[in-house]
Amino acid sequence: MIYSLYILNKAGTLIYQNDYGPTEKLSHNSYIRLGSTFHSLHAIASNLSPVSGSSSGIELIETDTFKLQCFQTHTGIKFYIIADPNHPGLEEILHGIYELYTDYVLKNPFYEIEMQIRCDLFDYKLSRLLKLTTD
Amino acid sequence: MNKKYDKLGTDVFNKVEKISSELFTLTYGALVTQLIKDYEDIEQVNIKLEQMGYNIGIRLIEEFLAKSGIGRCQDFIETAEVIAKVGFKMFLGVTAHISDWDSDKKEFHLIIEDNPLIDFVELPDHYKHKLYYSNILCGVIRGALEMVQMKVKCTFVKCALSDESTSEIKVVLEEVLSDLIPVGYD
Repeated sequence: MIYSLYILNKAGTLIYQNDYGPTEKLSHNSYIRLGSTFHSLHAIASNLSPVSGSSSGIELIETDTFKLQCFQTHTGIKFYIIADPNHPGLEEILHGIYELYTDYVLKNPFYEIEMQIRCDLFDYKLSRLLKLTTD
Repeated sequence: MNKKYDKLGTDVFNKVEKISSELFTLTYGALVTQLIKDYEDIEQVNIKLEQMGYNIGIRLIEEFLAKSGIGRCQDFIETAEVIAKVGFKMFLGVTAHISDWDSDKKEFHLIIEDNPLIDFVELPDHYKHKLYYSNILCGVIRGALEMVQMKVKCTFVKCALSDESTSEIKVVLEEVLSDLIPVGYD
């Protein structure tokens, strides 16, 4: 089961968040705070790499109760999902979400780039994609 | 390397959705002629077309990356190949050629032999060598590359509509915006 999806823009601002599982609802500000915190941790992690050369930052966090998988595009947008620890194929799901984002968000001429995503068609396609992968 | 991108271009082209090329060409024609009516000054029309292209490019790059699965290019030579063989193929259905590299490898010419935008177009004499009919393409390239942290300048050097043999766009790499590269990709 997928619990939540977060999308952060280049600057680390939360532009999309949605819960799909039975997760506790937080206030709007808390989601924004969570997103910014993850952005900072991701940046710190890539700088802390003990081996020389660049590190990709956080790609996967595993715990007993959940798994967090992150995908960063070459343009700097971060997509991350939180799912139950045994969920397979999270990387493919993230890539599918990225494709949906390019189609149903960026091709909407009234969507302002870097801003909050409010596109019903995107919501609908997302819920279809996530349903498809959990069944 | 060339062959690899030729194949990738064809594969991605087969995957993406297509529309009637005539509808596309006619829509673009209507847009350009309306701009000429609105602005009258041809130089302004060139600028507006470039700006429109830029706004398309900054969005289009994401679809390009998502659907082609291409990673970061090693150098500007590879970037040029990817634009010509994959980018053009994916969105316009044709490939372009690269030529005229300068010695620093920061400048190349993109030669478009079969430009679908100009399929039915005959430019009146008084617009020849003034209007860059397909100038939107320059903007698209500039916008798309800016999103992957490359600042370039694109200009039409030849236009098939102005009685020249081919359409040619000059692309000059001005700067790599290295401080904007997302962490983990430097």
